[in-house]
Amino acid sequence: MSITCELSNLTSKKAKESRSGKKWLKKPLLFLILCGSLVILLVMFSWLGRSQKEETGSCNGEAKVLYRHQNVTRSEIHDLVSLFSDSDQVLSFECSKESRPGMWENYGITCSLNMRSEKQETRWIPWNLNPSGLAHSISSTSCICDNLEPSLQQPEKSENLEEGQEQGLSTYLRNAWWWCLILGVVVCHKIYVFHSKAPAKRKEKVHLQEPLAQKKQQQRAQTSSRGAGKWRKNILLLGILGGVSFSVWWFWDTNEEIIMKRRETLANMCDERARVLQDQFNVSLNHVHALSILVSTFHHGKTPSAIDQKTFEEYTERTNFERPLTSGVAYALKVPHSEREKFEKEHGWTIKKMETEDQTVVQDCVPENFDPAPIQDEYAPVIFAQETVSHIVSVDMMSGEEDRENILRARASGKGVLTSPFKLLKSNHLGVVLTFAVYDTSLLPDATEEQRVEATIGYLGASYDMPSLVEKLLHQLASKQTIAVDVYDTTNTSGLIKMYGSEIGDISEQHISSLDFGDPSRNHEMHCRFKHKLPIPWTAITPSILVLVITFLVGYIFNEAINRIATVEEDCQKMRELKARAEAADVAKSQFLATVSHEIRTPMNGVLGMLKMLMDTDLDAKQMDYAQTAHGSGKDLTSLINEVLDQAKIESGRLELENVPFDMRFILDNVSSLLSGKANEKGIELAVYVSSQVPDVVVGDPSRFRQIITNLVGNSIKFTQERGHIFISVHLADEVREPLIIEDAVLKQRLALGCSESGETVSGFPAVNAWGSWKNFKTCYSTENHNSDKIKLLVTVEDTGVGIPVDAQGRIFTPFMQADSSTSRTYGGTGIGLSISKRLVELMQGEMGFVSEPGIGSTFSFTVVFGKAETNTSITKLERFDLAIQEFQGLRALVIDNRNIRAEVTSYHLRRLGISADIVSSLRMACTSVSKLENLAMVLIDKDAWNKKDFSVLDELFTRSKVTFTRVPKIFLLATSATLTERSEMKSSGLIDEVVIKPLRMSVLICCLQETLVNGKKRQPNRKRRNLGHLLREKQILVVDDNLVNRRVAEGALKKYGAIVTCVESGKAALEMLKPPHNFDACFMDLQMPEMDGFEATRRVRDLEREINKKIASGEDSAEMFCKFSSWHVPILAMTADVIQATHEECMKCGMDGYVSKPFEEEVLYTAVARFFEPC
Amino acid sequence: MDALIAQLQRQFRDYTISLYQQGFLDDQFTELKKLQDDGSPDFVAEVLTLFFEDCVKLISNMARALDKTTGAVDFSQVGASVHQLKGSSSSVGAKRVKALCVSFKEYCEAKNYEGCVRCLQQVDIEYKALKTKLQDMFNLEKQIIQAGGIVPQVDIN
Repeated sequence: MSITCELSNLTSKKAKESRSGKKWLKKPLLFLILCGSLVILLVMFSWLGRSQKEETGSCNGEAKVLYRHQNVTRSEIHDLVSLFSDSDQVLSFECSKESRPGMWENYGITCSLNMRSEKQETRWIPWNLNPSGLAHSISSTSCICDNLEPSLQQPEKSENLEEGQEQGLSTYLRNAWWWCLILGVVVCHKIYVFHSKAPAKRKEKVHLQEPLAQKKQQQRAQTSSRGAGKWRKNILLLGILGGVSFSVWWFWDTNEEIIMKRRETLANMCDERARVLQDQFNVSLNHVHALSILVSTFHHGKTPSAIDQKTFEEYTERTNFERPLTSGVAYALKVPHSEREKFEKEHGWTIKKMETEDQTVVQDCVPENFDPAPIQDEYAPVIFAQETVSHIVSVDMMSGEEDRENILRARASGKGVLTSPFKLLKSNHLGVVLTFAVYDTSLLPDATEEQRVEATIGYLGASYDMPSLVEKLLHQLASKQTIAVDVYDTTNTSGLIKMYGSEIGDISEQHISSLDFGDPSRNHEMHCRFKHKLPIPWTAITPSILVLVITFLVGYIFNEAINRIATVEEDCQKMRELKARAEAADVAKSQFLATVSHEIRTPMNGVLGMLKMLMDTDLDAKQMDYAQTAHGSGKDLTSLINEVLDQAKIESGRLELENVPFDMRFILDNVSSLLSGKANEKGIELAVYVSSQVPDVVVGDPSRFRQIITNLVGNSIKFTQERGHIFISVHLADEVREPLIIEDAVLKQRLALGCSESGETVSGFPAVNAWGSWKNFKTCYSTENHNSDKIKLLVTVEDTGVGIPVDAQGRIFTPFMQADSSTSRTYGGTGIGLSISKRLVELMQGEMGFVSEPGIGSTFSFTVVFGKAETNTSITKLERFDLAIQEFQGLRALVIDNRNIRAEVTSYHLRRLGISADIVSSLRMACTSVSKLENLAMVLIDKDAWNKKDFSVLDELFTRSKVTFTRVPKIFLLATSATLTERSEMKSSGLIDEVVIKPLRMSVLICCLQETLVNGKKRQPNRKRRNLGHLLREKQILVVDDNLVNRRVAEGALKKYGAIVTCVESGKAALEMLKPPHNFDACFMDLQMPEMDGFEATRRVRDLEREINKKIASGEDSAEMFCKFSSWHVPILAMTADVIQATHEECMKCGMDGYVSKPFEEEVLYTAVARFFEPC
Repeated sequence: MDALIAQLQRQFRDYTISLYQQGFLDDQFTELKKLQDDGSPDFVAEVLTLFFEDCVKLISNMARALDKTTGAVDFSQVGASVHQLKGSSSSVGAKRVKALCVSFKEYCEAKNYEGCVRCLQQVDIEYKALKTKLQDMFNLEKQIIQAGGIVPQVDIN
């Protein structure tokens, strides 16, 4: 049970472990369990059978014998009683009856006595026929049986002991085998589990290591696994061998056992038969003895004789059952020759001679035919005979050779004496004759031979018919069918005389039991053997074959399992190898991509530079065109490479977003100005609108934000042809969430557009409503992320382009997948931009979506999450506009535009300048609403609303009111595109003060307004230069360059703009100079310098500053000590001839604020410096 | 007198343009000239002097470094010097020298001894040529000023 229990436990464990698709293991396991239970059953069964057999083997024969004995003695007594019932001697028998209980007690005591003494006792018993004697005789017989028992049992016991040991050993071995089997299963399982686990561990380890080490380990693992496989095979072979040998051993053992048992049974049976025969014989012998005493008592002891032939005949007939083995008894008288005549006369017949010569006619011999006995010394004529042998009455026993000898021996010894077997008269069976001498009663027990001979008065003979005797006996015993019995007379050792038996039976197995018929001079033996040959020992064969089969099956299963493990391991090895290779390839790919992209950029810069130089040379128009095309393509390629790098970076998760405060409106202005050229070329109106609820400054990554916007707008421009608009709008996500309380005019109109198809758009061309994509944004509506320090923006880029085909809309964000292959042919581009944008948006915790209708346009929307800037954070970049804004603060403007949204966009831009704007939809309307015209500083009229006739009315209105108003409002015309001639024409007509080219953006607007409003005259073309001088005047600037010439040039350039320049020639020196406190406003740093390069120097400076700042913050040093600043951060600009993106990135990384290309170009210098210096 | 001045001025203009056209100079030189104003009247001359001094020094440095007789060639030192020279030349707008420096640097990075030596010789020739050309130009300038004229602004384009 425990085994099955464990097995089931094991299986459950196994099942748990191997749940992950190791079904193949389950099947053999199930089989194993089956086998196991079967085997257990088998073992138990055999165990039970064995114990049962042992029980049955114990001496039941003895009991039977004893019982029979008891029976015999009882019946004997009864016979005696019945015979002498009328006589007066019955009393003594009663007495014997009374003492019977004692007799049984005696039996218990005599048991312990040894057999010989008992036998000696029996010698005198016949002479004293008293109750105790009888008891003794009974006890003796029982004792014989009893003594036999231990004697029989003793060897049996020792045998049992040996066998028991052997049995214990064998059962132990058997059990051990099963345990071994189970253990083997467990061990194999463990090994398997370990092996299946080990690779996983190994894998983990491998994961962390270099491919090289990986390979090594793999090789090691491979060899080890191979070794393990071999080892497993060997174990399996050993196990199978063990199983086979065990099975053979089992067969041999069981067979041996069976043979032993058979032999034992044979011995038992043989002994039993021998004993029974002997007992029966002895009983008969005793009875004959008793008969002899009877004769001596009643024939010789009485005068006249109480017995005559008739009485004898009758008595013997009636007591014949007491002597089942005798065929007849006869009493012969000792008659000396001297008394022959007297005797013959007395009886009336002559003594006859036994006819022995002619045995063949024995059957039909008639005593009358016998010749009278020849004259001899003495005769032994039969006087009484049982009826069966009544023919021998008057025959002289002394005349037969055997009988005479017998008689002589009998009277000499005083015991029953047997003849050697001979053919009996009449029956022709082999038989023996038992002869007892009948003595005179006065004979002493220790009489000599002579005395005995003297005292002899007659002889009692009984003939035993051996075959029938044995036959009869065997009939009474069970299982006579199975064994064949032979009885031999072995007195003459050289020639055995067979008294009974047949030739049949299995001669190979024979047991010999000696028989004691009470005649010491004669030896008899009983040979027993089985009639049938040993049957095929199925009980031995079956389990061993079963074991063999199980062994082979288990072996087969394990072999399969091992093979499977080996293949799986091999596969695993292969997979791992492939995986490693694939990973290595992937790494190599990424590295290759990064390196190649980087490496391509360097020569690309060379190409671009050279092209630029080429274009500077004297080229004719055609050449110039070629060069420009090449330059443009080169630039495209560089940007593509940058994009690929971006993509690779995003994919590998190495892209880190900045977190700096920036003005998003400024970024949008930037983008629109960047793309305005292209848009204007195509005649597309570009408009930017930022909701007033969007804060001025947000914290995020401006460059990436710009990248996304640029990408989307660039795409829009690319796919929009010659008409319509591109509208960029930014709202708070919160605004969209609650549509009912929208305050923003633009948003309101856009949402209204969603309701009615023919809504208003910027250019009047229909566009797809962004609402469709907004709805899909989860983040837009989820309030969970509603942190107070986060701002969620919703940016929409709407265009009136060709739209995206419906079937292509699904793959629009997949890298390098454009709407269809014709797209790149028609519009160019690689299709990587949108994918990058989407990923960037996702990095900014937003999402991107779009709605598009082919033929109408597309609207891309995305959300981004930015941080809220601290309130006191000011962005320096607006500084140059601050002055202008102050100028414009509080002015009023009128926007005349027939499109409301466009008007809103215009008023948004005016609002940024602090100008409040009223909107009217047409010139005519403007004329009517005079109230709005008061105190107007400017009127902005869209070109679409321009109408010369109406305007003249308005103009008149203004001129008329010239008296009332302090000044005439300036008139601006907003146009998407206008050629120079158009513009000058407009202006020269005197109607309009300035034409503003859309897209509107702060810088442009300021320029225009300043020029017309403040100065009233056109600015000098070198306004910017003056501005630069403005910026740099009186500034302390440190120039760091190891190259003297460069230094001098830089110095000269900066000095020209009024800066006070200090030069140092190494990074170390710069570090010394920039150690706070110092007076420098900025530092220009060369990157490539010996000893300490620009990067390192900058890093050091920043470290230094951080330390100082920390000290100031903790109050360690008073801020006064470090002059005017509460925190130190000197702007450091890199001077580099390198225009590679990576260099720029590195500059930023090490803490630089910007870069200027060397040699100085005014514009670049200006934009770089403008960020840091407020115009004085 | 005026005629002389006008002739000198025209000669100066042609000469300057030819310098640009022959690739001796580039925009940077123009920028450099723009930097010269009343505050620093001799700025260009000063810078150029510095440049040529630098050239002499660097070229002798490189020649020493490339001299096999003194021992192994120190390409890194040559490279550093070339880099310096490249920076200087680009700052003053010495176009040919700069272009030579670029290829010189490449040879140097490739440790091409022959190429380096050849480049060094060419650089030597080139800067000397530039020096004479510029000398001539300055002489012309001087002559113009001596003649009482104004050095004309030369618009390259």
